[in-house]
Amino acid sequence: MTEKHVDSVTGVETTGHVWDGDLRELNKPLPRWWLYVLYATIIWSIGYWVVYPAWPVVNGDYTKGMFDYSQRGEVSKEVAAAKAAQSKYFELIAATPVGEITKNEELLPFVMAGGAAVFGDRCGPCHGKGGGGAVGYPNLNDDDWLWGGTPEAIQQTITHGIRSGDPEARDMAMPRFGLDGILKPAEIADTAQYVLSLSGHSTDAAAAERGKKTFADNCVACHGEEGKGNQDMGAPNLTDGIWLYGGKLADIEKTIETGRGGVMPYWTGRLDPVTIKMLAAYVHSLGGGQ
Amino acid sequence: MKATTSEEVIALSGATATIAAVIIGAIGAVLAIFGQDEVIRLHGALFLLAAAAGGYYVLTHPRQGGADEQAHYMDGPIKVATIAAVFWGIVGFLVGDIIAWQLAFPALNFDLPWTNFGRVRPVHTSAVIFAFGGNVLLATSLYVVQRTSRARIAGYWSPWFVIWGYQLFIVLAASSYVLGATEGKEYAEPEWYIDLWLTLVWVVYLLVFLGTLWKRKEPHIYVANWFYLAFIVTIAMLHIVNNLAIPVSFLGTKSYSLFSGVQDAMTQWWYGHNAVGFFLTAGFLGIMYYFIPKRVERPVYSYRLSIVHFWSLIFLYIWAGPHHLHYTALPDWTQTLGMTFSIMLWMPSWGGMINGLMTLSGAWDRLRTDPVVRLLVVSVAFYGMSTFEGPLMSIKSVNSLSHYTDWTIGHVHSGALGWVGMVSFGAIYCLVPWLWKRRGLYSLRLVEWHFWTATVGIVLYISAMWVSGITQGLMWRAYDKLGFLKYSFVETVEVMHWPYVIRATGGLLFLLGAVFMAINVWRTIRGEVSSDIADQPETAAAPELRHAATAVPAE
Repeated sequence: MTEKHVDSVTGVETTGHVWDGDLRELNKPLPRWWLYVLYATIIWSIGYWVVYPAWPVVNGDYTKGMFDYSQRGEVSKEVAAAKAAQSKYFELIAATPVGEITKNEELLPFVMAGGAAVFGDRCGPCHGKGGGGAVGYPNLNDDDWLWGGTPEAIQQTITHGIRSGDPEARDMAMPRFGLDGILKPAEIADTAQYVLSLSGHSTDAAAAERGKKTFADNCVACHGEEGKGNQDMGAPNLTDGIWLYGGKLADIEKTIETGRGGVMPYWTGRLDPVTIKMLAAYVHSLGGGQ
Repeated sequence: MKATTSEEVIALSGATATIAAVIIGAIGAVLAIFGQDEVIRLHGALFLLAAAAGGYYVLTHPRQGGADEQAHYMDGPIKVATIAAVFWGIVGFLVGDIIAWQLAFPALNFDLPWTNFGRVRPVHTSAVIFAFGGNVLLATSLYVVQRTSRARIAGYWSPWFVIWGYQLFIVLAASSYVLGATEGKEYAEPEWYIDLWLTLVWVVYLLVFLGTLWKRKEPHIYVANWFYLAFIVTIAMLHIVNNLAIPVSFLGTKSYSLFSGVQDAMTQWWYGHNAVGFFLTAGFLGIMYYFIPKRVERPVYSYRLSIVHFWSLIFLYIWAGPHHLHYTALPDWTQTLGMTFSIMLWMPSWGGMINGLMTLSGAWDRLRTDPVVRLLVVSVAFYGMSTFEGPLMSIKSVNSLSHYTDWTIGHVHSGALGWVGMVSFGAIYCLVPWLWKRRGLYSLRLVEWHFWTATVGIVLYISAMWVSGITQGLMWRAYDKLGFLKYSFVETVEVMHWPYVIRATGGLLFLLGAVFMAINVWRTIRGEVSSDIADQPETAAAPELRHAATAVPAE
C-alpha cells in the first residue's frame, strides 16, 4: 500500500509505504554527524593505505606504502635490539664457570631475573613456579638431591634430562620389583615396612625385620647399606623422611612394585647452552644448592 | 492468491516429500549399517529415524488443499521454532555456564572425554549461536516475511522440512562434538556430512523465503526482509566455502579441509567474522526492524538511513575477517585491509543503532512501562557498544594487547548476551502471544525480573572479562629492565581465577533470566490468565485480539 502520510508526533512525512497494517518509515535525511564520521573513517583508511602495505596488485605483489613497513621486519629489529641489550651479560655467563656465576655481583640480578623467567614457563609446570615441587616432581628448594645439587650436576641434568631419551641422559632406573615378578607382594610389603623404619616410621616391627633381608639382597646396591642413597645412580636417601612419591606405606609399596621411573625432558636444542647455564645457576640458588 | 490449490500441486508436494524421506532414510540406513565409526553409525540411525518419522507424518496427513489452506498465514513451523529457541537457549546458556565454572575450577572437567572443556565448548557456542539464535531467526524471519509481504509462506512441506531439518542438524552437531568428531574449525566444527545436511536445509530455507517474497502483495520489500535475505544468502556462501573438505571415506566422519596453512586460517576467519556479521548482526537487525516499530507503534526513524547503512554494512563487513589474524603469518596488506574495513564499518553498524533507538521518538515512555520494549532497546544499546568496541579492537596496536585475551571473550558476549540475547528475548515475548492468539503474556512482571537478572548478569560478565583480559594482556607483555618476561604464564592464569568466578556468576544470572522466560512462555502458551494484563500494552495482544484488528492475510 502506498499513501501520503504525515507522522503526527514528529510532523515528518513518511515514505508512504505501509506494511502489516501500521509499519511505516519516516522520510528523514541521514544524520549529519553520522555521515561525517563515516566520511572521516573512509578518509582515514585511504590515508592508512597510502602509508602502509594495503592492496594486492598483480603477480602476488602488493602496494608497499610510504615507509616500506613490514611487521616481520619490525619484530626482527625489536628482537635484535633486545638481544643486543642482553648480550654482554650472556657473554659474561658463557665465560664464567657455572659455579661462579652467582658470586659475580654484576651477573647476580641478571641471572635471578632471567632464571626466574625461564624457570617459570619451562620448569614451573612440573616443579611449581617457585620450585616447590609436587608428588613425582622434586622440590628444588631443599637440600635433598637425587642426582646431585652442585651447579655442574644441575647443569648436566637440565641439559640432558632424566630418562629422557637423550644419549647422555641420566638413565639409571629402579627395577620394577613387583611388575617384573622379582619380589612377591608379601616381600614388597615387608620391604616397605623396613624402608619406613629407616626414618623411624615403621608401623610393624616384625615385618620391618623380615624386610631387612630383602632390602639387603635387592636394594643396597643402589641405596647403600644404610639406605642413605647414591647420587651417581639417582638413588634417593631413604632415611631423611623426604619422599618424592609419598611416604605412606602404600606409596612405598607402589614405588617398589613399579619402580616409578619418572622422566624429565632434556633441554638441549630447546634452550641454548648459555641459557641452560644461567638456569642451572638459578636453580642452584633456590636454596638447596650443595 | 488462488482460493484452492490444484490437484497437481497437492500430488507433487506429497510425492516430493515422500521421495525425499525415502532417500534420506536410505542414506541414513547405509551409514548406520556400513559406517566405519560409531559416530557416523549413530548419525545414520538418527537420519533414518528422522526420515521415517517425517515420511510417516507426510503419508498419514495428506495435504487437503481446499479454500482454507491458503486463507491464513502458516504459523505451525514458526511455533515449533519459537519453542525450540527457548529450549536450545536454556541448553546453550546452561552449558556455557558449566564451562565457565570449569575454567574457574578445572576439577569440574571430571577427567572424562565427554565432559572436557574442549569438547563441551563447541556445544555451548553452537547451541547459543546456531540452535538458539538460529531458531529465533527462523521463527522471526518466517513470521515477518509473511506479514510484511501479505503472503502465506511458500511451500507446504518445505517450511516444516526447514524447521525439523535444522533441529536434526543441531542434534547431529552437538552429539558429534561430545563424541569427539570435529573439523576443528571454530563455529564450523561439524564434519562434512553434517555440513552437507545443513546446506540442503539452508537452500530450502532460502527458497521458501524467496518464494514468499515472490508471492508478496506489497509493492515494496520491507527493510527487515533485506536484512533477513542478506543473512540467508551470505550464510549459505560462507558455510559452503569454509567447509569445503575431502572426506577420508564416504562412510566415515573424518574429513580434511581443502585449504591449508594461512589460506585455511584466512578462510576460517572470513567465515568466522561474517558469521558474526551476517548471522548475529544482519539477521538480528531484521528482527529489530520489525519488532521495535511494531511493539512501540512508531515509524522507523529514517528510511534513507536504513538503505545507506544496509548497503554499506553488507559491502564493508565481508572484508573485516583478517582482523582476527593480526600479527600472524597473514600478509601485512591483508591485515591492513581487515583493520581499515573494520574502522569504516563503525558507522554502518551504528546506522542500525540509530534507527532502532530513534524509532522510539515520541514513545520513550514505553521504556518505563513495558519491559519488553526495554529488552529490545537495551539490546540495541549493547549492539552500539559492541560495534564500537569491535572496530576499536581491530586496530592493530589495540589488538596487540587484546588478542588471545579474555577481552575478546567479553566483547563477544556483550554482543551475544546483550545484543543477540536481549533482542531475541524481546522478539520471543512479542511473538508468543501473537502466534498463540493470546491477549498478552502470562506475566509482565516476570519479564521485568528477566530483564534485570539478565542485565546484571551481562554487566558482571563483561566487566569481569575486561578486567581479566586487560590484566592478561598487560602481564603477557610486561618486561623487566633487564629484558626478561616479568610473569610466567601460570601466574597470568592464577590472576584470572576471581574474574572467572564472577563471570560464571554473571552467566548463572543470565541463565536464571532465561528460565523465567521459559516459564512465562510456557504459561502464555497454555493460555493462563495474566495477573497484570491491564498493565500490558495493546500491542502485546495478538493482532486479531486488538481493538482495531486489521491484519489479515491477502485477499
